Amino acid sequence: MRFLNHGLLTAVCLLASWQGMATAPAAPDPSGTVQVEIRNFMFEPRQVKIRSGATVTWINRDDEPHTVVSDPDLFRSGALDTDMSFAFRFDRPGTYHVICSIHPQMSATIVVE
Amino acid sequence: MTDDQRRLSRRAALRCMAYGGAGTLFALSGGILTPMDLAMAADSKEAAAAVGKPLFVQFSDTHIGFAKDANPDVSGTLSRAIDLVNALPGQPALVIHTGDITHLSRAGEFDLAQQLFSKLRTTELHTTPGEHDVADPTVSEYFSRFGKPSQNRGYYSFDHAGVHFIALINVLNFKAGGLGSLGAQQLDWVAADLKGRSSSTPIVVFAHMPLWTVYEPWGWGTGDADQLLLQLQRFGSVTVLNGHIHQIIQKVEGNVTFHTARSTAYPQPAAGQAAGPGPLKVPVEQLPGMLGVTSVSILKHPRALALSDASLAGA
Repeated sequence: MRFLNHGLLTAVCLLASWQGMATAPAAPDPSGTVQVEIRNFMFEPRQVKIRSGATVTWINRDDEPHTVVSDPDLFRSGALDTDMSFAFRFDRPGTYHVICSIHPQMSATIVVE
Repeated sequence: MTDDQRRLSRRAALRCMAYGGAGTLFALSGGILTPMDLAMAADSKEAAAAVGKPLFVQFSDTHIGFAKDANPDVSGTLSRAIDLVNALPGQPALVIHTGDITHLSRAGEFDLAQQLFSKLRTTELHTTPGEHDVADPTVSEYFSRFGKPSQNRGYYSFDHAGVHFIALINVLNFKAGGLGSLGAQQLDWVAADLKGRSSSTPIVVFAHMPLWTVYEPWGWGTGDADQLLLQLQRFGSVTVLNGHIHQIIQKVEGNVTFHTARSTAYPQPAAGQAAGPGPLKVPVEQLPGMLGVTSVSILKHPRALALSDASLAGA
Protein backbone atom coordinates (compact mmCIF):
# COMPACT_ATOMS: atom_id res chain seq x y z
CA MET A 1 0.00 0.00 0.00
CA ARG A 2 2.77 2.35 0.95
CA PHE A 3 4.64 1.45 -2.23
CA LEU A 4 1.52 2.05 -4.29
CA ASN A 5 1.03 5.49 -2.79
CA HIS A 6 4.63 6.35 -3.41
CA GLY A 7 4.35 5.24 -7.02
CA LEU A 8 1.23 7.28 -7.53
CA LEU A 9 2.90 10.33 -6.02
CA THR A 10 5.88 9.94 -8.32
CA ALA A 11 3.57 9.67 -11.31
CA VAL A 12 1.73 12.83 -10.30
CA CYS A 13 5.04 14.69 -9.80
CA LEU A 14 6.33 13.51 -13.15
CA LEU A 15 3.12 14.60 -14.82
CA ALA A 16 3.28 17.98 -13.13
CA SER A 17 6.87 18.59 -14.18
CA TRP A 18 6.15 17.43 -17.71
CA GLN A 19 3.28 19.92 -17.93
CA GLY A 20 5.55 22.63 -16.60
CA MET A 21 8.12 21.94 -19.30
CA ALA A 22 5.55 21.66 -22.05
CA THR A 23 4.08 25.09 -21.39
CA ALA A 24 6.65 27.68 -20.43
CA PRO A 25 5.09 30.09 -17.93
CA ALA A 26 5.08 33.71 -19.05
CA ALA A 27 7.16 36.02 -16.88
CA PRO A 28 5.27 39.05 -15.61
CA ASP A 29 6.62 42.37 -16.84
CA PRO A 30 7.63 44.98 -14.20
CA SER A 31 4.18 46.58 -14.30
CA GLY A 32 2.63 43.27 -13.28
CA THR A 33 0.76 42.72 -16.54
CA VAL A 34 0.93 39.50 -18.52
CA GLN A 35 -0.40 39.28 -22.05
CA VAL A 36 -1.99 36.11 -23.36
CA GLU A 37 -2.66 35.88 -27.08
CA ILE A 38 -5.53 33.87 -28.51
CA ARG A 39 -4.45 32.43 -31.81
CA ASN A 40 -5.57 29.41 -33.86
CA PHE A 41 -8.15 28.50 -31.21
CA MET A 42 -5.51 28.36 -28.44
CA PHE A 43 -4.45 30.44 -25.48
CA GLU A 44 -0.74 31.24 -25.78
CA PRO A 45 0.79 30.50 -23.38
CA ARG A 46 -1.58 27.91 -21.99
CA GLN A 47 -0.19 28.28 -18.50
CA VAL A 48 0.59 31.57 -16.83
CA LYS A 49 2.19 32.02 -13.41
CA ILE A 50 1.77 35.43 -11.78
CA ARG A 51 2.06 37.12 -8.41
CA SER A 52 -1.06 38.13 -6.55
CA GLY A 53 -2.19 41.57 -7.71
CA ALA A 54 -0.96 41.15 -11.29
CA THR A 55 -3.21 41.63 -14.30
CA VAL A 56 -3.64 39.26 -17.23
CA THR A 57 -4.68 40.74 -20.56
CA TRP A 58 -6.08 38.43 -23.25
CA ILE A 59 -6.07 39.60 -26.85
CA ASN A 60 -7.86 37.79 -29.67
CA ARG A 61 -5.75 37.39 -32.82
CA ASP A 62 -8.21 35.06 -34.58
CA ASP A 63 -10.83 35.94 -37.18
CA GLU A 64 -13.29 34.09 -34.98
CA PRO A 65 -14.62 35.66 -31.77
CA HIS A 66 -13.58 34.16 -28.44
CA THR A 67 -14.41 34.73 -24.80
CA VAL A 68 -12.45 34.32 -21.59
CA VAL A 69 -14.56 32.73 -18.86
CA SER A 70 -13.12 31.64 -15.51
CA ASP A 71 -13.78 28.54 -13.47
CA PRO A 72 -14.53 29.18 -10.65
CA ASP A 73 -16.91 31.83 -11.97
CA LEU A 74 -15.08 35.12 -11.34
CA PHE A 75 -15.36 36.84 -14.68
CA ARG A 76 -16.76 36.61 -18.21
CA SER A 77 -15.15 38.75 -20.88
CA GLY A 78 -18.02 38.95 -23.33
CA ALA A 79 -17.37 38.18 -26.99
CA LEU A 80 -13.98 39.47 -28.13
CA ASP A 81 -13.89 40.09 -31.85
CA THR A 82 -10.59 40.23 -33.74
CA ASP A 83 -7.95 42.32 -31.89
CA MET A 84 -10.24 43.06 -28.96
CA SER A 85 -8.81 42.47 -25.50
CA PHE A 86 -9.97 41.84 -21.95
CA ALA A 87 -8.05 42.28 -18.69
CA PHE A 88 -8.54 40.90 -15.19
CA ARG A 89 -6.53 41.55 -12.02
CA PHE A 90 -5.95 38.49 -9.85
CA ASP A 91 -5.85 39.51 -6.20
CA ARG A 92 -6.08 36.10 -4.59
CA PRO A 93 -3.59 33.24 -4.81
CA GLY A 94 -4.88 30.07 -6.36
CA THR A 95 -5.23 28.15 -9.61
CA TYR A 96 -7.78 29.49 -12.07
CA HIS A 97 -8.97 27.68 -15.16
CA VAL A 98 -10.22 29.69 -18.08
CA ILE A 99 -12.05 28.53 -21.19
CA CYS A 100 -13.54 30.15 -24.25
CA SER A 101 -17.29 29.72 -23.84
CA ILE A 102 -17.69 29.76 -27.63
CA HIS A 103 -15.06 27.05 -28.17
CA PRO A 104 -14.87 25.18 -24.86
CA GLN A 105 -12.13 22.91 -26.15
CA MET A 106 -9.88 25.96 -25.59
CA SER A 107 -8.59 26.00 -22.04
CA ALA A 108 -5.75 27.52 -20.05
CA THR A 109 -4.57 27.87 -16.46
CA ILE A 110 -3.57 30.92 -14.42
CA VAL A 111 -1.56 30.17 -11.29
CA VAL A 112 -1.54 33.07 -8.84
CA GLU A 113 1.13 32.91 -6.11
CA MET B 1 -29.70 25.05 -64.70
CA THR B 2 -31.25 24.46 -68.14
CA ASP B 3 -32.76 27.14 -70.42
CA ASP B 4 -36.22 25.78 -69.70
CA GLN B 5 -35.72 26.25 -66.01
CA ARG B 6 -34.49 29.79 -66.53
CA ARG B 7 -37.82 30.66 -68.11
CA LEU B 8 -39.72 29.65 -65.00
CA SER B 9 -41.17 32.32 -62.79
CA ARG B 10 -39.16 33.28 -59.74
CA ARG B 11 -41.62 31.52 -57.50
CA ALA B 12 -41.44 28.30 -59.49
CA ALA B 13 -37.68 28.60 -59.67
CA LEU B 14 -37.46 28.94 -55.94
CA ARG B 15 -39.70 25.94 -55.53
CA CYS B 16 -37.47 23.99 -57.88
CA MET B 17 -34.41 24.97 -55.88
CA ALA B 18 -36.08 24.25 -52.60
CA TYR B 19 -36.60 20.71 -53.81
CA GLY B 20 -33.93 20.21 -56.46
CA GLY B 21 -31.23 21.93 -54.44
CA ALA B 22 -31.95 19.62 -51.59
CA GLY B 23 -30.39 16.68 -53.35
CA THR B 24 -31.88 14.10 -51.09
CA LEU B 25 -35.02 13.82 -49.10
CA PHE B 26 -35.34 11.20 -46.44
CA ALA B 27 -38.72 9.73 -45.77
CA LEU B 28 -38.81 8.48 -42.24
CA SER B 29 -41.30 5.78 -41.47
CA GLY B 30 -41.18 3.83 -38.25
CA GLY B 31 -37.53 4.70 -37.90
CA ILE B 32 -36.52 3.40 -41.32
CA LEU B 33 -35.23 5.99 -43.75
CA THR B 34 -36.02 5.83 -47.44
CA PRO B 35 -34.16 8.37 -49.57
CA MET B 36 -36.33 9.97 -52.24
CA ASP B 37 -35.15 11.82 -55.32
CA LEU B 38 -36.54 15.27 -54.75
CA ALA B 39 -35.46 16.70 -58.07
CA MET B 40 -37.84 14.21 -59.63
CA ALA B 41 -40.41 14.76 -56.94
CA ALA B 42 -40.62 18.44 -57.92
CA ASP B 43 -41.82 17.39 -61.39
CA SER B 44 -44.33 14.91 -60.10
CA LYS B 45 -47.58 16.14 -58.63
CA GLU B 46 -48.09 12.80 -57.01
CA ALA B 47 -44.77 12.86 -55.20
CA ALA B 48 -45.19 16.51 -54.25
CA ALA B 49 -48.57 15.67 -52.75
CA ALA B 50 -46.98 12.85 -50.80
CA VAL B 51 -44.44 15.28 -49.40
CA GLY B 52 -47.18 17.75 -48.57
CA LYS B 53 -46.47 21.11 -47.06
CA PRO B 54 -43.59 21.35 -44.63
CA LEU B 55 -44.61 21.01 -41.01
CA PHE B 56 -41.78 23.34 -40.14
CA VAL B 57 -38.59 24.83 -41.47
CA GLN B 58 -35.32 24.96 -39.55
CA PHE B 59 -33.00 27.96 -39.74
CA SER B 60 -29.64 27.80 -38.04
CA ASP B 61 -26.43 29.72 -37.52
CA THR B 62 -27.53 33.01 -39.03
CA HIS B 63 -24.60 34.76 -37.25
CA ILE B 64 -25.97 38.29 -37.67
CA GLY B 65 -23.02 40.61 -37.00
CA PHE B 66 -20.44 38.49 -38.84
CA ALA B 67 -18.82 40.50 -41.63
CA LYS B 68 -15.55 38.80 -42.49
CA ASP B 69 -14.31 37.42 -45.82
CA ALA B 70 -16.23 34.14 -45.65
CA ASN B 71 -19.45 36.19 -46.10
CA PRO B 72 -19.47 39.99 -45.76
CA ASP B 73 -23.29 40.06 -46.11
CA VAL B 74 -24.91 37.59 -43.71
CA SER B 75 -28.06 39.74 -43.53
CA GLY B 76 -28.34 39.41 -47.30
CA THR B 77 -28.02 35.63 -47.31
CA LEU B 78 -30.50 35.32 -44.42
CA SER B 79 -32.95 37.48 -46.38
CA ARG B 80 -32.52 35.19 -49.37
CA ALA B 81 -33.22 32.16 -47.20
CA ILE B 82 -36.34 33.88 -45.86
CA ASP B 83 -37.45 34.65 -49.46
CA LEU B 84 -36.91 30.99 -50.31
CA VAL B 85 -39.16 29.84 -47.45
CA ASN B 86 -41.77 32.51 -48.22
CA ALA B 87 -41.92 31.18 -51.79
CA LEU B 88 -42.58 27.54 -50.81
CA PRO B 89 -45.83 26.29 -52.32
CA GLY B 90 -47.12 25.35 -48.87
CA GLN B 91 -46.16 27.55 -45.95
CA PRO B 92 -44.77 25.77 -42.88
CA ALA B 93 -46.84 26.03 -39.72
CA LEU B 94 -43.83 27.10 -37.73
CA VAL B 95 -40.14 27.95 -37.96
CA ILE B 96 -37.43 26.85 -35.56
CA HIS B 97 -34.00 28.42 -35.15
CA THR B 98 -31.28 26.19 -33.72
CA GLY B 99 -29.05 28.96 -32.49
CA ASP B 100 -26.20 31.29 -33.24
CA ILE B 101 -28.81 33.82 -34.22
CA THR B 102 -26.09 36.44 -33.65
CA HIS B 103 -22.32 36.39 -33.91
CA LEU B 104 -21.33 38.37 -30.80
CA SER B 105 -24.48 38.42 -28.61
CA ARG B 106 -24.85 42.16 -29.17
CA ALA B 107 -28.20 43.90 -28.73
CA GLY B 108 -28.06 45.44 -32.21
CA GLU B 109 -27.40 42.04 -33.77
CA PHE B 110 -30.43 40.50 -32.04
CA ASP B 111 -32.56 43.48 -33.06
CA LEU B 112 -31.53 43.15 -36.71
CA ALA B 113 -32.14 39.38 -36.68
CA GLN B 114 -35.64 39.87 -35.25
CA GLN B 115 -36.34 42.55 -37.85
CA LEU B 116 -35.29 40.18 -40.66
CA PHE B 117 -37.28 37.24 -39.27
CA SER B 118 -40.38 39.43 -39.04
CA LYS B 119 -40.48 39.20 -42.86
CA LEU B 120 -41.28 35.46 -42.73
CA ARG B 121 -44.84 34.69 -43.76
CA THR B 122 -44.86 32.07 -41.01
CA THR B 123 -45.04 33.99 -37.77
CA GLU B 124 -44.54 31.21 -35.21
CA LEU B 125 -40.82 31.14 -34.37
CA HIS B 126 -39.24 28.85 -31.76
CA THR B 127 -35.60 29.29 -30.83
CA THR B 128 -32.80 27.78 -28.83
CA PRO B 129 -29.52 29.66 -28.31
CA GLY B 130 -26.07 28.87 -29.64
CA GLU B 131 -22.88 29.71 -27.77
CA HIS B 132 -22.56 32.87 -29.86
CA ASP B 133 -25.90 34.04 -28.42
CA VAL B 134 -24.88 33.69 -24.78
CA ALA B 135 -21.40 35.25 -25.00
CA ASP B 136 -22.35 38.59 -23.42
CA PRO B 137 -20.95 39.05 -19.90
CA THR B 138 -24.38 38.89 -18.24
CA VAL B 139 -25.86 36.21 -20.56
CA SER B 140 -29.00 38.31 -20.81
CA GLU B 141 -29.41 39.58 -24.39
CA TYR B 142 -30.80 36.29 -25.71
CA PHE B 143 -33.01 35.57 -22.72
CA SER B 144 -34.49 39.07 -22.57
CA ARG B 145 -35.84 38.46 -26.10
CA PHE B 146 -36.43 34.72 -26.34
CA GLY B 147 -36.47 33.52 -22.73
CA LYS B 148 -40.22 33.65 -22.11
CA PRO B 149 -41.30 30.17 -23.39
CA SER B 150 -38.72 28.54 -21.12
CA GLN B 151 -39.05 30.95 -18.17
CA ASN B 152 -35.40 31.81 -18.90
CA ARG B 153 -34.21 28.23 -18.39
CA GLY B 154 -33.56 27.69 -22.09
CA TYR B 155 -35.50 24.43 -22.41
CA TYR B 156 -39.20 24.00 -23.14
CA SER B 157 -41.64 21.87 -25.11
CA PHE B 158 -44.74 22.36 -27.21
CA ASP B 159 -47.06 20.36 -29.45
CA HIS B 160 -48.11 20.91 -33.01
CA ALA B 161 -50.12 18.65 -35.33
CA GLY B 162 -49.65 15.68 -33.03
CA VAL B 163 -45.87 16.12 -32.95
CA HIS B 164 -44.15 16.82 -29.63
CA PHE B 165 -41.31 19.36 -29.90
CA ILE B 166 -38.59 19.64 -27.26
CA ALA B 167 -36.18 22.59 -27.33
CA LEU B 168 -32.99 22.01 -25.36
CA ILE B 169 -30.02 24.18 -24.42
CA ASN B 170 -26.52 22.69 -24.46
CA VAL B 171 -24.33 25.79 -24.72
CA LEU B 172 -24.12 26.80 -21.06
CA ASN B 173 -21.91 25.25 -18.38
CA PHE B 174 -19.27 23.89 -20.72
CA LYS B 175 -16.64 21.80 -19.08
CA ALA B 176 -12.98 22.58 -19.76
CA GLY B 177 -11.68 20.78 -22.81
CA GLY B 178 -15.11 19.92 -23.76
CA LEU B 179 -18.32 19.22 -25.36
CA GLY B 180 -21.65 20.88 -24.77
CA SER B 181 -23.72 19.75 -21.82
CA LEU B 182 -27.36 19.45 -20.87
CA GLY B 183 -26.96 19.00 -17.12
CA ALA B 184 -28.91 16.92 -14.60
CA GLN B 185 -31.65 19.49 -14.08
CA GLN B 186 -32.52 19.64 -17.77
CA LEU B 187 -32.34 15.86 -18.17
CA ASP B 188 -34.73 15.45 -15.22
CA TRP B 189 -37.08 17.91 -16.85
CA VAL B 190 -37.02 15.91 -20.10
CA ALA B 191 -37.88 12.72 -18.17
CA ALA B 192 -40.86 14.48 -16.58
CA ASP B 193 -41.89 15.99 -19.91
CA LEU B 194 -41.90 12.60 -21.66
CA LYS B 195 -43.54 10.69 -18.83
CA GLY B 196 -46.95 9.35 -19.76
CA ARG B 197 -46.56 10.29 -23.42
CA SER B 198 -47.51 7.59 -25.90
CA SER B 199 -44.56 5.92 -27.63
CA SER B 200 -46.30 6.52 -30.95
CA THR B 201 -46.02 10.30 -30.55
CA PRO B 202 -43.50 11.63 -33.08
CA ILE B 203 -40.81 13.55 -31.19
CA VAL B 204 -38.69 16.39 -32.53
CA VAL B 205 -35.78 17.42 -30.32
CA PHE B 206 -33.76 20.48 -31.24
CA ALA B 207 -30.67 22.05 -29.73
CA HIS B 208 -27.71 24.03 -31.04
CA MET B 209 -24.77 21.67 -30.67
CA PRO B 210 -24.98 18.15 -32.07
CA LEU B 211 -26.56 15.69 -29.64
CA TRP B 212 -24.13 13.02 -30.76
CA THR B 213 -20.37 13.23 -30.96
CA VAL B 214 -19.45 14.35 -34.47
CA TYR B 215 -15.86 15.37 -33.67
CA GLU B 216 -14.62 15.63 -30.11
CA PRO B 217 -11.39 17.67 -30.67
CA TRP B 218 -13.55 20.56 -31.90
CA GLY B 219 -16.18 20.10 -29.22
CA TRP B 220 -18.75 18.94 -31.79
CA GLY B 221 -20.94 16.96 -29.46
CA THR B 222 -22.76 16.97 -26.12
CA GLY B 223 -21.12 15.15 -23.23
CA ASP B 224 -24.27 13.85 -21.55
CA ALA B 225 -26.44 13.35 -24.66
CA ASP B 226 -26.44 9.58 -24.13
CA GLN B 227 -28.66 10.07 -21.08
CA LEU B 228 -31.11 11.98 -23.25
CA LEU B 229 -31.12 9.30 -25.96
CA LEU B 230 -31.94 6.60 -23.41
CA GLN B 231 -35.12 8.50 -22.60
CA LEU B 232 -36.04 8.76 -26.28
CA GLN B 233 -35.45 5.10 -27.06
CA ARG B 234 -39.03 3.93 -26.57
CA PHE B 235 -40.48 6.36 -29.11
CA GLY B 236 -41.20 5.14 -32.63
CA SER B 237 -40.17 8.30 -34.45
CA VAL B 238 -37.55 10.67 -33.08
CA THR B 239 -35.97 13.48 -35.10
CA VAL B 240 -32.99 15.24 -33.52
CA LEU B 241 -32.04 18.54 -35.16
CA ASN B 242 -28.97 20.66 -34.55
CA GLY B 243 -26.87 23.37 -36.13
CA HIS B 244 -23.45 24.53 -34.93
CA ILE B 245 -21.25 22.80 -37.51
CA HIS B 246 -22.53 24.68 -40.58
CA GLN B 247 -22.84 21.59 -42.77
CA ILE B 248 -25.23 18.71 -43.24
CA ILE B 249 -24.43 15.49 -41.44
CA GLN B 250 -27.07 12.85 -40.91
CA LYS B 251 -27.16 9.53 -39.18
CA VAL B 252 -29.84 7.09 -38.12
CA GLU B 253 -29.74 4.96 -35.02
CA GLY B 254 -32.77 2.75 -34.46
CA ASN B 255 -35.81 5.03 -34.52
CA VAL B 256 -33.72 8.18 -34.10
CA THR B 257 -32.69 10.36 -37.02
CA PHE B 258 -29.94 12.90 -36.29
CA HIS B 259 -29.57 15.80 -38.70
CA THR B 260 -27.43 18.93 -38.60
CA ALA B 261 -28.49 21.93 -40.67
CA ARG B 262 -26.51 24.26 -42.87
CA SER B 263 -25.88 27.82 -41.80
CA THR B 264 -27.36 30.75 -43.69
CA ALA B 265 -24.14 32.71 -43.01
CA TYR B 266 -20.98 30.76 -43.85
CA PRO B 267 -19.77 27.17 -44.19
CA GLN B 268 -17.27 25.52 -41.86
CA PRO B 269 -14.58 22.97 -42.69
CA ALA B 270 -15.31 19.28 -42.42
CA ALA B 271 -14.24 17.76 -39.10
CA GLY B 272 -10.48 17.99 -38.59
CA GLN B 273 -9.80 19.55 -42.01
CA ALA B 274 -8.49 22.89 -40.65
CA ALA B 275 -6.68 24.37 -37.64
CA GLY B 276 -10.02 24.95 -36.00
CA PRO B 277 -13.76 25.14 -36.64
CA GLY B 278 -13.75 28.70 -38.01
CA PRO B 279 -15.43 30.21 -41.06
CA LEU B 280 -14.52 28.51 -44.34
CA LYS B 281 -13.73 30.90 -47.19
CA VAL B 282 -14.94 29.47 -50.49
CA PRO B 283 -15.10 31.04 -53.98
CA VAL B 284 -18.06 33.44 -54.02
CA GLU B 285 -19.97 31.40 -56.64
CA GLN B 286 -19.81 28.32 -54.41
CA LEU B 287 -21.14 30.04 -51.29
CA PRO B 288 -24.92 29.88 -51.93
CA GLY B 289 -24.73 26.12 -52.50
CA MET B 290 -23.24 25.72 -49.03
CA LEU B 291 -25.89 27.77 -47.22
CA GLY B 292 -29.51 26.88 -46.66
CA VAL B 293 -32.35 25.70 -44.49
CA THR B 294 -33.91 22.34 -43.65
CA SER B 295 -37.57 21.61 -44.13
CA VAL B 296 -39.37 18.82 -42.33
CA SER B 297 -42.67 17.36 -43.50
CA ILE B 298 -45.07 14.82 -42.14
CA LEU B 299 -44.99 12.01 -44.64
CA LYS B 300 -47.52 9.57 -43.22
CA HIS B 301 -49.35 11.09 -40.33
CA PRO B 302 -48.72 10.62 -37.52
CA ARG B 303 -45.66 8.41 -37.49
CA ALA B 304 -43.46 9.74 -40.22
CA LEU B 305 -41.46 12.90 -40.74
CA ALA B 306 -39.49 13.74 -43.86
CA LEU B 307 -36.41 15.94 -43.93
CA SER B 308 -35.23 18.04 -46.82
CA ASP B 309 -32.38 20.54 -47.15
CA ALA B 310 -32.65 23.54 -49.42
CA SER B 311 -29.58 25.51 -50.42
CA LEU B 312 -29.45 29.14 -51.51
CA ALA B 313 -27.79 28.25 -54.82
CA GLY B 314 -29.27 30.56 -57.44
CA ALA B 315 -31.91 31.89 -55.05
